[in-house]
Parts: sequence; structure tokens; C-alpha cells
Amino acid sequence: MSEALSLLAEHVAASLGDAVLACDIRLDELSVRVEREAVPRALLFLRDDPKCGFEVLCDLCGVDYPDRERRFEVVYNLLSLKHNRRIRVKVETDEETPVPSATPIYSAAGWFEREAWDLYGIYFSDHPDLRRLLTDYGFEGHPMRKDFPLTGYVELRYDEEQKRVLYEPVKLTQEFRNFDFLSPWEGMDQLLPGDEKPATKEAADE
Amino acid sequence: MSEERVQTNDESGLEGPAVIKNFMMNFGPQHPAAHGVMRLVLEMDGEVIERADPHVGLLHRATEKLIEYKTYLQAVPYFDRLDYVSPMCQEHAFALAVEKLLGIEAPPRAQFIRVLFAEITRILNHLLNITTFALDVGAVTPFLWGFEERERLMEFYERVSGARLHANYFRPGGVAWDMPAGLAEDILAFCDTFPQTIDDIEELLTENRIWKQRTVNIGTVNREAALDWGFSGPMLRASGVAWDLRRAQPYDAYDRVEFDVPVGKNGDCYDRYLVRIEEMRQSLRLMRQAIEAMPQGPVRFDDRKVSPPPRREMKRSMEALIHHFKLFTEGYHVPAGETYTVVEAPKGEFGVYLVSDGTNRPYRCKIHAPSYAFLQAMDFMSKGHMLADAVAIIGSLDIVFGEIDR
Repeated sequence: MSEALSLLAEHVAASLGDAVLACDIRLDELSVRVEREAVPRALLFLRDDPKCGFEVLCDLCGVDYPDRERRFEVVYNLLSLKHNRRIRVKVETDEETPVPSATPIYSAAGWFEREAWDLYGIYFSDHPDLRRLLTDYGFEGHPMRKDFPLTGYVELRYDEEQKRVLYEPVKLTQEFRNFDFLSPWEGMDQLLPGDEKPATKEAADE
Repeated sequence: MSEERVQTNDESGLEGPAVIKNFMMNFGPQHPAAHGVMRLVLEMDGEVIERADPHVGLLHRATEKLIEYKTYLQAVPYFDRLDYVSPMCQEHAFALAVEKLLGIEAPPRAQFIRVLFAEITRILNHLLNITTFALDVGAVTPFLWGFEERERLMEFYERVSGARLHANYFRPGGVAWDMPAGLAEDILAFCDTFPQTIDDIEELLTENRIWKQRTVNIGTVNREAALDWGFSGPMLRASGVAWDLRRAQPYDAYDRVEFDVPVGKNGDCYDRYLVRIEEMRQSLRLMRQAIEAMPQGPVRFDDRKVSPPPRREMKRSMEALIHHFKLFTEGYHVPAGETYTVVEAPKGEFGVYLVSDGTNRPYRCKIHAPSYAFLQAMDFMSKGHMLADAVAIIGSLDIVFGEIDR
């Protein structure tokens, strides 16, 4: 399985040239990082090349890595029925830079891209209908971003006097508690209080 | 429903051809044939649909966001609540994804239990879909018969997990606990009686003139279109593509059981119905085989860092108590990595794209719901059909809003 995958990775890297930034096989899954501008070319190649034949776009989603220089990653999961194989294509982008839409190549991309735009604010250029999909009409913000709080900013209430539903700033009787379960014995990278001295002394000795 | 017919004549006052403007119609959000809360904005030319624009998200609960704030074990129940008519198949996808990242495998008995209950779930789902589909186009009786059988199946759910719907039974590393004594025999007894119900339902529908008039050649999807729109499951098979993940990329014990994959010819609503009927019969075959082939043995991966110790051990062993406490507070840490793991859920390919950063919580958990892709194709499928056909198409799509809106 992994042999066939590495052959495929070589084939893709050789055929697409500069567009492929990295190929990676982990857990028997091939993932290819491509240049943002080359997305339509890469997807078209993956769909139409007889050795690839990735006819189905199974899934497209955004992932947010706020620490990176380009915070968003768009992940395409493709499936080839003929070869019974999957491939993952990844593209990096940020809040401003648009990603070329995959809708001309896979019709299925339409709603997935709308969802990524809605939840992450990833902009897709040349998308025929880039409206919000899952959030409410008139919603503000992109809720799946890591800096968007889990509790949100507004809450809904039905107002008996005005006979309509109102948005109000969210009120919590108890602060949302987010526990840090990282064990101090495994996850610590800073010094515990009181441990500074030996460390500085060792450093001085050196 | 409002109708607007504007007759405009030329300003010159001469009699010109009457121009009829298209009108917009709201189907839902509270329409019984919408199978949930969907607002379908239809642009109609008389009785013919020009454009269908589904507005989804009315049931959006931010499941993916919530999962990012829970441990891996706490995330499992959210999967029951996605597609609430096939809960265990979705837990299955998540359990397999976590197992893949952890590099573990469920013990053989657990694998067969999972196959058994995944197939029970398939029958649960198809019974609901076929019968409500029939209800939408006017046949009430299959619905009554089907739901009686569903009740029996949910009883099996209850006996194995304690809950009729939201089971939380498949866990990463196996299943929550072993099947109670006597359950396997009762499931076998069900396998003997249930074919009669399928026959009865088929008697009412398969050759029924009204049923065929409403479904044959309605919402036809050919092979190319089905692949282009990302179809999977019965929707893809009805279009003549012999593709079943249980066969093509077997998981758990599916490589050790025999079954046939039914394939349709025309890709219309009627073929989808026929494929689902045959899948129920195949599920019965699989259930029988799973029970017969099920070995004795443990049902959870034997590592206390992943699966909790038995209750009995915790009364005596301090270590077991610590393990239990750590597992249900901190949970286990999953090695950094990512996977796109899929199962053949009753509706189609249910996938979980799971990204782990090495902590006790998923960094990102994208849920790929099969009916999300089906509903997206609603516009293309219903174009040029009559309004009443939209109801039949929605029925045949097998959509559940819990998983579309997530």
C-alpha cells in the first residue's frame, strides 16, 4: 500500500513540478502540499491523469493554525474509485489571500467552500455563489476560528413585548471553564517556581 | 404560498404576448416533507422548478467547535447526535479515526460486535428512509409497519448500551461493554422474522402503480454527475457505480464476512429505493454471519492508558482507580498526526478528518456528512421537475439535518 502511495507521490511531484511544495506519507495516507495559485491546475491533473483518477472530491475543509505566518490551511480529500486510493491536498492561505475555487473542477466543492468561508473566513476567488451557509442570516464573525470564543458573542431571546427574536450580548451566570489537563510532568516547558537556581548555576558553570 | 402572475402589455397598448414572471416559493422551514428544518427557496415557472436553493444551518450546533474543547472520549456522544437515525455508524468512524492515530486495533470480538450493530443501524436508517419517503408520496401503511420493526431494533440498542437512540457504545479501542446474555439469540430471531416485513413493504410499493409513477425517472443522476457531486452510498450505487467502502476499503471485521453490493441502473428515485431494500436484506445476512463468527474474548483494547479498568478491579487496586480517574478527567493523549477515516454509513461515506496536536483534545475534527453532498445537488436534480417531484427527490436523498448542519 505505502509503496504504491510513494510511487504516486513521485508521479504527482514530477508531473506538477514547482506547484508541489511537499509530499508526505503518514499512517498510510498521502498528503500533498501545493502552491496556492496552482490549485486548479493540480486538482485538474489529479482528476484527469489516468494514473491518478481522483474523480471524487470527498471533503474540503479549513483548518486554523493561528501561530503560523499564513494561518489557514485548506484541505481537499480526494478519492479515486478506479485505483481505490485517497489523497489529501493542502493549501496555505491567510485572511486576505483568496484561494482559487475548485467548483469548475468538482461541482461538490460549492457548499464546502461556502462552509469554509462561513466558518473560517477563507475567501475563494471565482466561486459562483459565496454566501454564508451554516450560520444565521446576518451573522457576524467566523465562528470556527481558534480566536472565536466557544460561547460566542451574542445569544438569542424571544421578546414578548416586541413579538420577535432578539440578539443580545451573551450573559453567562458562570464563566466558561476551560481546564488545562496537560500534566505538569509531561507538558511543561517552563521552569517550576523554585527550580530557577540550579539551572542558572549550571549555565554559569558552563 | 403566494402566486404572482404579471401580465404586461406594451406601453403602446397593443396586445402583446403575456409575460409570466417566475415566482419564488418557500418550501419549509416547517414542511413535513423537508425531513427536518430546511428552508428550500424554489424559483418556479408555474408548476415547474427553475432553481432550488436550500437554506440549511437551522439546526447548526457547532459540533465541530465543541469537539475541539472536549477530550477524545467526551467527543463520542456528539456523533450520535449528528445523524440521529444512524448513531452507531458515526461513532464507528470516530472510533476508527482515533484508533488509527493511536495505532491500536479493537479486539476481534469488539470488531464483530461493531459490524453487527453497524448493520442493525443500517436497517434502522433504511426503514426510516423508505417508509417516510413512501409517506411523503402518499403511502401511509409502510410507515406504520416499518416503525414497529424500528422499535424492535432500538430495543436491541437499549439492551446493549442502555439508550434507544444516543447509544455512545462504540468507543476508541472497542465497545463500551460486552453484549448481555441472550441478546444474540434475540437478534437471530429478529433476522428470521424481519424478511417478512420487507416482503410486505415491497408488496405495497415495488410494483405499485402510483409509487412507480411518482419515482421512476424522477431525479435521475448518471454516473458522471454522481461522482462530480461527490455522491456516495446508495445514491452512488443507484447510479450504477459498484462502490461500497465495506467492500473496497474494509474496516473492522468486514473483510471476514460475505455480502453482495446491490447496484442500480438508472439512478432515479425508484432505483435508490430498490438499492436500499436490497441493502436491508444484505444487512440481515451480515448480522447472522457476525453473530456466528463472533469469537469469545475481551471487547476493549487491553491497555489501561486507553480503556478504563473493569469496575471490579477498581475496588481493590489503587492503580486501577488512578487509571480510571485519569481517563475520565484528563483523558488520553493522542500522538500528533492527522487522518481522514471513513465508514460506509447507511447514507453513504461518513468521514472524519481528525487532526491531533498531541494533547488530550482533537485540534480539528471535520465531519464529512454524506447527505450534505446530496442536498447540495438538489438544485441540479430538481431542475425542470414539478413541485411534487421535489418532495419525492428529497425523500430519496435520505437527508437528516442533524448531520448536514452539524
